[in-house]
Amino acid sequence: MSILETSDEVPTLAWRVKAKAFAANNKLFVVGATGFLFILLCAIFAPLIAPYAPDKIDFSARLQGPSWAHWMGTEKFGRDILSRVIYGAQTSLIIGTAVTFIAILIGAPIGIIAGYFGGRLDTLLMRVSDVFLAFPPLLLPIAITAALGSGLGNAMFAIAVSWFPWYARITRAAVLRIRTEPYINAARAMGVSHTRIMWRHVLPNSLTPIIVQGSMDFGFTILAAASLSFIGLGATPPMIEWGLMAATSRSMFLDAWWTVLFPGMAIFFTVLCVNLVGDGVRDVLDPKHGIKE
Amino acid sequence: MARYAAQRLLLMIGILLGVLTITFILSRVLPGSPVELMLGHRPTPELIEATKKELGLDQPLIIQYFTYIGEVVQGEFGKSLRTGRPVLEEVGKRIGATLELTTLAIFFVVLIGVPLGVISAVRQNSILDNGLRATTIAGMAFPAFMLAMMLQMLFYGELGWLPLQGRLDSEVLLDSTFPRHTGFFLLDTLMTGDWRAFGSAAQHIVLPALTLVIITLATVTRITRNMMVEVLSEEFIRTASAYGLPSRRIHYGYALKATLIPLLTVVGLTYGYLLGGAVVVEFVFDWPGLGGFMVFSISQNDFPAVMGTTLFLATAYLMINLVVDLLYFVVDPRLRAQ
Repeated sequence: MSILETSDEVPTLAWRVKAKAFAANNKLFVVGATGFLFILLCAIFAPLIAPYAPDKIDFSARLQGPSWAHWMGTEKFGRDILSRVIYGAQTSLIIGTAVTFIAILIGAPIGIIAGYFGGRLDTLLMRVSDVFLAFPPLLLPIAITAALGSGLGNAMFAIAVSWFPWYARITRAAVLRIRTEPYINAARAMGVSHTRIMWRHVLPNSLTPIIVQGSMDFGFTILAAASLSFIGLGATPPMIEWGLMAATSRSMFLDAWWTVLFPGMAIFFTVLCVNLVGDGVRDVLDPKHGIKE
Repeated sequence: MARYAAQRLLLMIGILLGVLTITFILSRVLPGSPVELMLGHRPTPELIEATKKELGLDQPLIIQYFTYIGEVVQGEFGKSLRTGRPVLEEVGKRIGATLELTTLAIFFVVLIGVPLGVISAVRQNSILDNGLRATTIAGMAFPAFMLAMMLQMLFYGELGWLPLQGRLDSEVLLDSTFPRHTGFFLLDTLMTGDWRAFGSAAQHIVLPALTLVIITLATVTRITRNMMVEVLSEEFIRTASAYGLPSRRIHYGYALKATLIPLLTVVGLTYGYLLGGAVVVEFVFDWPGLGGFMVFSISQNDFPAVMGTTLFLATAYLMINLVVDLLYFVVDPRLRAQ
């Protein structure tokens, strides 16, 4: 074996050892990541995995309990709940990704501008953000969706708008720490424009807390969207969404518990896995938190 | 104290103005015009114009804004389209139900959550501590509406121990004439000695309150635990132990006292969370409070009622935070010394 080959091996080995050590110390993260991967695969390969078409109505099989033919039973139109739960994963993952992304897209630039320029602009932007936090959680998304009209798109936008201040806050805090760093001062001294400094230097160096917060919020957004769908403000039929599935079966759940339990458990399982992954991401990227815990 | 209170009050008024601005934007500025929502499907342009004029929506926005602020300051939160009565009157009829439910829930959350957090911190990494961590993570992933329905399924459907929904049995509601002094049925029935109504009210409140307790308990316990862990490593605790003081006195007398300020914040925030979270729970249990009213108003396109209730709940949330801020003054001698 040549020296060159050996030097290629070392980083690979180090990476493997690190990954193993991390997995050993973060068992819950591994459990969460495995679960999340499972849900992701279900969402991607739903047409291949689902035993029935999710919208296939079969009145002869309506409200049947779990059986070999229908593992999670059927709902009031005879549609197979397992197939709908599998397809519902697509909706929930899209919701989680889109809402978190929009919230970051609104919050992070506000935080960067506030932190970078400071002064009155900072005070103004942060006070405006504070106002959004003055509403009890879930109340503002409800009010915004009620104003825009019900529908999943509006509900997602409403949750993102209610949640952006958290990103503005954490991004600002990160920017405040780095804005006096020598490399920022050097860029300023070289006459680099503020926009370029913020985009090329401040943003990449403030990403860690944004990623940590994003991974922690992903589950919350799924839960909030399901709650909005449940009270009639989010997804609407024929969309397949877990909160909506529970809502449409609400009137008959005492006699057909499976119609509510399985979509509910799907939400629980997904949010649980996402939160466990979020915890792990936080421990890796924000070691201070781990020590404190 | 007066200066501190005045400062907090000013801050709250500033944020309240912001809240008013948001509700104004939601009511008047957004493209999904409330007028069209109010008038239902395909209203004629003439009808839209007439309604806009009637509601003053044809005025310039800035004038509408100041008119809106003026009205809210005078206690006019708009009129419900469905009942034609002032929104504040509708809110007044239902606020007792929401406050009774959330107050009872927060009482039990603190009563159970704080001692559990203390025990968990004292016995770090014990079975209880680890179990609590698992419960917290799981608790945060549970949809409130599903928990509510599962409790209904168990305690009403399977065991038949508790009623499915509502605030009182319908017969009791028709027979009982107890005066609604506080709006808290448990208190009102207790004060008048109407035991039948009291029993019914107590039975009805168990499941919605239990749902709210379960969804918030784990968080409060966990935060108490984390704060206690920090305080327990402080030197004054070591000194107290070195003096040989009983551990119960150290934990509950000194350590817990030192965590009171952040704990107050958490309890305040949780109360606010319950006000928001109660919307879904009230909906499931058909609880005649503000949350149920809000969802019903949304389904009826009663937009002024939705916005009025939102404004009211946000104000209540801010008031709770103000009270928490003022309580800091009571529990923290350092603030008083300043």
